[in-house]
Amino acid sequence: MNVHHTDVKEHDAANAYQSMSETTGHDDPRWAFGTGVEDAQAEITSPVPDGVDAADLAAYCLMLGDDALICSHRLSEWVSNAPELEEDVALANTALDLLGQARVLLARAGQVEGRDRDEDSLAYLRLEAQFRNVALAEIGDDLDFACAIARLLLFSSWRLALLHRLLDSRDPVIAAVAGKGVNEVTYHRDYAARWALRLGDGTAESHDRMQTALNAVWPYVEELYRPSEVERRLVEAGVAVDPALTRAEVDAVLDEVLAKATLARPDGPPIGTIGGRGGRQGVHTEHLGHVLAEMQSLARQHPEATW
Amino acid sequence: MSTADLEQGFAATISADQRIEPRDWMPEAYRRTLIRQIAQHAHSEIIGMQPEGNWILRAPSLRRKAILIAKVQDEAGHGLYLYAAAETLGVDREALTEKLIESRQKYSSIFNYPTLSFADIGVIGWLVDGAAICNQVPLCRCSYGPYARAMIRICKEESFHQRQGFELLLAMVNGSDAQREMVQESTNRWWWPTVMMFGPPDDDSPNTAQSMEWGIKRHTNDELRQRFVDMAVPQAAALGVSLPDPELVWNEERKAHDYGDPDWEEFKAVVAGAGPTNAQRVARRRRAHENGAWVREAAQAYADKQAARAAGRKDCEVAA
Ligand SMILES: [Fe+2]
Ligand SMILES: [Fe+2]
Repeated sequence: MNVHHTDVKEHDAANAYQSMSETTGHDDPRWAFGTGVEDAQAEITSPVPDGVDAADLAAYCLMLGDDALICSHRLSEWVSNAPELEEDVALANTALDLLGQARVLLARAGQVEGRDRDEDSLAYLRLEAQFRNVALAEIGDDLDFACAIARLLLFSSWRLALLHRLLDSRDPVIAAVAGKGVNEVTYHRDYAARWALRLGDGTAESHDRMQTALNAVWPYVEELYRPSEVERRLVEAGVAVDPALTRAEVDAVLDEVLAKATLARPDGPPIGTIGGRGGRQGVHTEHLGHVLAEMQSLARQHPEATW
Repeated sequence: MSTADLEQGFAATISADQRIEPRDWMPEAYRRTLIRQIAQHAHSEIIGMQPEGNWILRAPSLRRKAILIAKVQDEAGHGLYLYAAAETLGVDREALTEKLIESRQKYSSIFNYPTLSFADIGVIGWLVDGAAICNQVPLCRCSYGPYARAMIRICKEESFHQRQGFELLLAMVNGSDAQREMVQESTNRWWWPTVMMFGPPDDDSPNTAQSMEWGIKRHTNDELRQRFVDMAVPQAAALGVSLPDPELVWNEERKAHDYGDPDWEEFKAVVAGAGPTNAQRVARRRRAHENGAWVREAAQAYADKQAARAAGRKDCEVAA
């Protein structure tokens, strides 16, 4: 028989009770759990870099922040719906990472625009046409795991290529988000790639489902490489990256993953714009309105509340 | 060794307050009781993701959203530790999940109540996680080693959930009138179901004595319930909310609170499957499990192919 002395356990047990009875006095720094904003607080208030237009910088932070916020929202729909508990954990974790990036970027947008809006007023009180995310972030999975993987593979491959190039952005907040985000998004991409392999090269059924999902998501890729006017100006100012420059890197990653997964590269036509405008200009798919209707509902019901 | 020797060794381990480990001999009834209890506990963690998950997409601030996602994620992790502990007793997760979705195994009755306002997220953390901790801290000393060790990790995270729930309520009672009303309404709705989480009163709890003898249980239902009530009363006062029990009063002689009787008929009905959300919770779990079948099959097929490929390479190396 194994003998395990219980000192440590009793110590832990006592701690758990103790921390409960101390609930009314709460000074533990972990109260702020899950924010990530604290780390970047110093940067968030730093001045707009010389020669950079504040409105452009705010708009760019919204683009990067909204991509993360809306994609995070879609991923969090999987919590308690995933095919395996490990996937519940992994998808929730990915949603949390992106939410953390979104919070810092939205806070920075609010700071530089100088209209007294914080991360929450930007997330909860903007209208659909004021969101700046790409369509790939907002389309729904309808609880099809293959769709979730296809989207995450494309989104994270692209975002990682962006973040790599933003590490030396002249905006210290964007550079800090990139610094932390590169590790996070590398993990997201690897997770999606591992599942693309399993599904693509798993059973005949999973192969078909993964190929179908990939075909459905692929038309949204072209938008990822299309620079807006704001981005063009900020590339000049050393703040932003030209998304067109990420195409080769993303293509190389996808070609490698798809080949290993025995999946074909889809060749359907890309989703078109409306008069040249897309997500970066506030023109979205029909999906975003529903996302926001749900996400913003409670916050809008209680405009006077603090949570 | 004869069965009598084995039984004697087992009894000696229990009475010395030492741990039984998976490879140790144990009486069949002890194994069965543990499997039932650990499975029920694991299912509770997993079903418990649903009532809180119900508010992830509507959380009213990004900080609250992050805290809530992290908490629900923790619960999935708790389920994983516990299914792993059950596996050391020879039952696998897949088989237990089947039993859950066929309603052949139970989970905590508390999760058969709906979350109807965001205050419920705070109240669940404060009261439900609080009650879970009262139940679970003694399990850190459970006689079965893998279960006790799983509980240590879980209890640390639960105490954090409890504090986060309380902190949300504190923010809400210091907010608008509407928020204060939400907190009181939610407290009224959750109080009695939480008090009933500890199970039936001691004189109506036939399995307690055996479980205590085996060191699976350390305190009776009523002892734990008392501990919970005594803890909750000052916390309710700190929040400025009332608890919906007119008989709740401090008893100076007992140095404990007297409290009223919950509606045990409601408890029995919920346990029997007639709670407000029993059917919904199980259907949701079933849907996730069935929708995920093709994914799990694909992962298995891929792993098999990889193993075959690795074996093929090895053969080539040997041949060369
Ligand atoms: Fe838990
Ligand atoms: Fe919990």
